[in-house]
Formats: sequence, C-alpha cells, structure tokens
Amino acid sequence: MTASRPTAGRTVVIGVGNEFRRDDGVGPAVIERLRGQVPAEVELIVSDGDPVRLMETLSNASLAVVVDAVRADPPQPGRRHRFVLGGDRTPGGDRTPGGDRTPGGDRTPGGRNEGAAGTEPGARTVASTHGLGLDAALGLALALDRMPDRLIVHAIEAAELSQGRGMTPGVAAAVGAAAAAVRRDIMSAL
Amino acid sequence: MTHREERTLSIGALSRVEGEGALYVRARGSVVEQVRLDIYEPPRFFEAFLRGRAYTEPPDITARVCGICPVAYQMSACRAIEDACGVTVGGQLAELRRLLYCGEWIESHALHIYLLHAPDFLGYPSAVELARDNRARVERGLALRKAGNAIMESLGGRAIHPVNVRLGGFYRVPEADELAGLCEQLRRALDLALETVQWVAGFDFPDIRCGHEQLALSHPGRYPIEEGTIRTDRGLGFGAQEFEQHVIEEQVPHSTALHAHLAGRGPYLTGPQARYSLSSNLLSPLASEAARSARLGSTSDNPFRSVIVRAVEIVYAIEESLRIIEEYEPPRSPSVPVPARAGTGYGVTEAPRGVLYHRYRIDDDGTVHEARIVPPTSQNQAAIEADLLRFVQDRLGLADDELTKACEQLIRCYDPCISCATHFLELHMDRA
Repeated sequence: MTASRPTAGRTVVIGVGNEFRRDDGVGPAVIERLRGQVPAEVELIVSDGDPVRLMETLSNASLAVVVDAVRADPPQPGRRHRFVLGGDRTPGGDRTPGGDRTPGGDRTPGGRNEGAAGTEPGARTVASTHGLGLDAALGLALALDRMPDRLIVHAIEAAELSQGRGMTPGVAAAVGAAAAAVRRDIMSAL
Repeated sequence: MTHREERTLSIGALSRVEGEGALYVRARGSVVEQVRLDIYEPPRFFEAFLRGRAYTEPPDITARVCGICPVAYQMSACRAIEDACGVTVGGQLAELRRLLYCGEWIESHALHIYLLHAPDFLGYPSAVELARDNRARVERGLALRKAGNAIMESLGGRAIHPVNVRLGGFYRVPEADELAGLCEQLRRALDLALETVQWVAGFDFPDIRCGHEQLALSHPGRYPIEEGTIRTDRGLGFGAQEFEQHVIEEQVPHSTALHAHLAGRGPYLTGPQARYSLSSNLLSPLASEAARSARLGSTSDNPFRSVIVRAVEIVYAIEESLRIIEEYEPPRSPSVPVPARAGTGYGVTEAPRGVLYHRYRIDDDGTVHEARIVPPTSQNQAAIEADLLRFVQDRLGLADDELTKACEQLIRCYDPCISCATHFLELHMDRA
C-alpha cells in the first residue's frame, strides 16, 4: 500500500514542544511569534513531538523548518543552533546574525540534531517528552521515502524542562531572534 | 548464573516507551534483591495546577498531560465533573464520545504495535530499522493510525489535544454525512487491522504469566471504553466513588510516583489484557473471530501477548466506530447544560493503557478546590516491578547488555505511558 503524499511545494514550520514543560515550550512560542509574519501559504504547526505526526507533517515538503528545544552540556540557555539538510546552504556562512552558531551544516539524516552543541556522543539530549523524538521522525521519513526536499532545524538550548509554565529568561529572550531566523529561511526559499 | 558476587544493571534511558524513566536492578549472588522503577508523575503537577480553576477547564487542561491519550483525560474529567454536577450525558452525545475514544484507541494501539513493540519481536533495535526492511508493514501501521487520527480530527477538531470536547458534550457536533465520509477509510482500516492481528499472532512469545489480579471497567452489553464500573478478574467490584477506598496509593522512597495496590489484596494490572480478560465475550463477532484465530483464549495474562490484544482491540474499535457512524443521528443540541453545584464527582474511563481515574471537588460557583488523577501506568507500576524481579531472577545468567535489553522488552509489553505517569526512565543494574 502507498501512503498519500501531501501536495508538493509545501513550506511548513513545525514548533516541537510542550508549553507545560517550561523551556520545552520554546518551539511552540516561536510558532506563535511567526503568526501574521509569514506568507499565508506557509503552514505553521505546533507538534508535541510525536514522531509519526511529526514525520507526516514534514513529509515531502519543499521546505520544512523544525524548531525544538535541546539540552546541551555545558548549557548556554537560549543559544541557538541551525542545521540544514539538503539543498543549498543559506548565505551567511557559519554564523547567523546575532552571533549564533551554525554548527553542523549539512548533516546525515537521522543523526543527532544537537550533536555539535558540545554534547557527548550518544547522550540523550533531545528535549522530547516522548520516547521517540526528532531523530526517529527523520529516520522514519528517510526509511519511508518521505523526507522533505530541504530541512532546517533550529535548536534552542534549554535550561529548565520540569513541569510548569513559562520559559526561563534566557530561553524566552531567544524566541524573537529564532523567529526572525526562521522567517529569513522561509523568505529566502520562496 | 554469573560468577560475580555483585551485579548492577543500569538502563540510562529506556527507549521506545512513551516518555523517559529509570530502572534499577540489584542482584547479590544468585538472588535479585531489588528492582525499582524511578518515575515522576506529571499528573500530580496538574492536580495542583487545577486548584482554583473554573470547573469547565479540567477537560482541556488535563488533555495536555499526554499527547497520546488526550481523549482519555478529557473523558475522565468530563465524567467526574458531570458527576459532581449531577448530570448524565446520554444518547447520541454519549455515542459520539465513544466514537472519539475509539479514534484514540486505534491511534495509540497502532503506534505501540508497529513502532514501539514489533521491533522487539522481529529483532530490530528500533522502528526506523524495522521500516527500512519492512516498509509495507510500517506503512500499514501508519495507515491504521491515520484512520484513528481521522476520527480525532473530524470529531475532536484536531488530532492532538482535541478542542471540541466540553462538559455536557461538544462545542459542535458533526452532520451525519461528515461522519459518513470516514467510513471508506475505516473499512479499509478494518482489513489492515485484521492483517495486523494475523501478523502479530505469528510472533514468538516467551512463556510467561504475570499472575496479577486484573482490573478493568465493566459495562453490561458492551466492551468497556468510556463508561462502566470497576471489576477485577477475582470477583472484586466497585464504583468510581469507591476507587480510593480500594486502590491504595503509597509513597515509596525511590520514586516521586505513588505505588498502587488493591486494599488487602496486593498489586494489580490494568490495561488491554485486563479489559480483554474481563470482557472478551463482549467483543464484536469479527474481533472475537480474530482473537480466536490468534489463539488468544478467553483471558490473557502473558504480557508479551498483549500485542495481540491491542491488535484485536483495534479491530473492535474500528467496527464500533463504523456502527456508531451508521446509526448516528445528529442530536438537537451539541451539549447538555452542566450547571455548577457544590460537590465531589468521580470519573473512570478506559484509556488505551487502562483505567484512568479523576476526582474533583468543586464549590457552588464552579471553582475547583481539589483534583485527583490516577493514570493507568502508575497503577501498574508495582506489578511491573514484581514481574521484573521474577523476570530478572530467571535470567541472571545473561550478560548485562542482554539482560538490559530483555528488561526493556518486558517493560514495553505494558506500554507504560511515562509521559503520563513517569519521567526519565533509566535502568541501573547492581549485581551487588
């Protein structure tokens, strides 16, 4: 059997996270910040990190941008990382405005999205509240031939992932810059 | 049997369970001395968060406890608050609630079978590797899941954290032809579900019996989903209002979660196998036939065979969805009034993973003063630990990595929703 393929040419931005897990809410917060700031045809989606829904959301899009919280060691809450899979690199080299690191460049699908952020190999650092995270979503997309043409991941280092509402100041302060960076990615692709 | 005197096993982060957590095992010589699950319970946070809120809010707020079973939280919350207010929701509104719940069962069970559990039986480290070699099968699981999603989106307003549920019913009810539009997809899904039963019935199952008392809802004439009284397979029966008299939760030193047991009886298990053991005679003819062809028998207590029960429950949930849609007549109003009144209300429903209990105390202006949530995974925790202890005892001869893998596989049989009941599951094995 064949899964239905979404319309080609989609641009989708997915904020992964849970607003009740403090800094894990940064992905959804970036989505909220982008409302009204991007062309109407761009899909803005909040995801709880469920890998299947995540995979189906980014399936076969022209451009999928994922915004997610990550843990890093040592942590620098609010520090942003940008990873690109497929297509051309965004002009601007290894640093995005504001001094953010763009550590990975093109990375292997299914690889750790935060691997270059100073974490130990194999460490469990994706700030997902579920057992399968972005890695699994991308691995599944690859195995099932559903990868988007181009995937950009914006990862924001988290400080506090316990139960509760409200992000810590460093992470909250990064929302605006992350939204602006996502918007640049979208506008340069349209 | 290891020649080492002391041995410790540690699983740092259990994979393929919903959430994260830790397991610690300590063995001295040939004796396993301790097995403990270290868990943290988000529902306790939500209990505190709900105090002072309006009585209309818990269905939406508690749905955020878990992305996998939001409907379960909404339904138990609605039932408990409606109980406090003296309101019963019946007729087509109750049927629509059951339909929405069927969507969640289909979605949750398909996820567990195909992406979390099947890799264990087929020797794959994860669903990604399984998908590489078995693309058609995994696509089948995803299509099944999508059928559940379609129900959730149609009736709940969206697939995650449905927004259309309210006290007394829904904000909007569908027209008959809107629901009828789901039928073709559901009929196709029914074939996929039957294939799924056949597929999982062919897995190899270790010969293990848990022997715990099984607890599930029971309802005359229909397989339990959104309503019922509580029963066990050893003759205990009680209503939701007596839940806390019979289910005793205790603090244990190693966990912020509470351990549950039945008063004067001991640990117990809730979940698909308990439902099946108590109500297999109420399955639809097709689901019953699927169970028979999978050689399930009328009861089931081998945790590894729970994968078959989940597959059979998908068959049932799809058939039940089709029945509800075919008999559907839109109600005159999308909800019945639920005026606030002072009191305490109790609600139990069957989440995909088992009985989910809610209790609320509200005052006459509708302010919530107290909330209590007992999710299925924390009810099962003590029984899972007891099973793990015996399981490890019988496998002490395995090397640590093999034993760790085996423990993870057993834990996954119970489909623990650690997003609901726990946080950060890691396994530590101490061969002391």
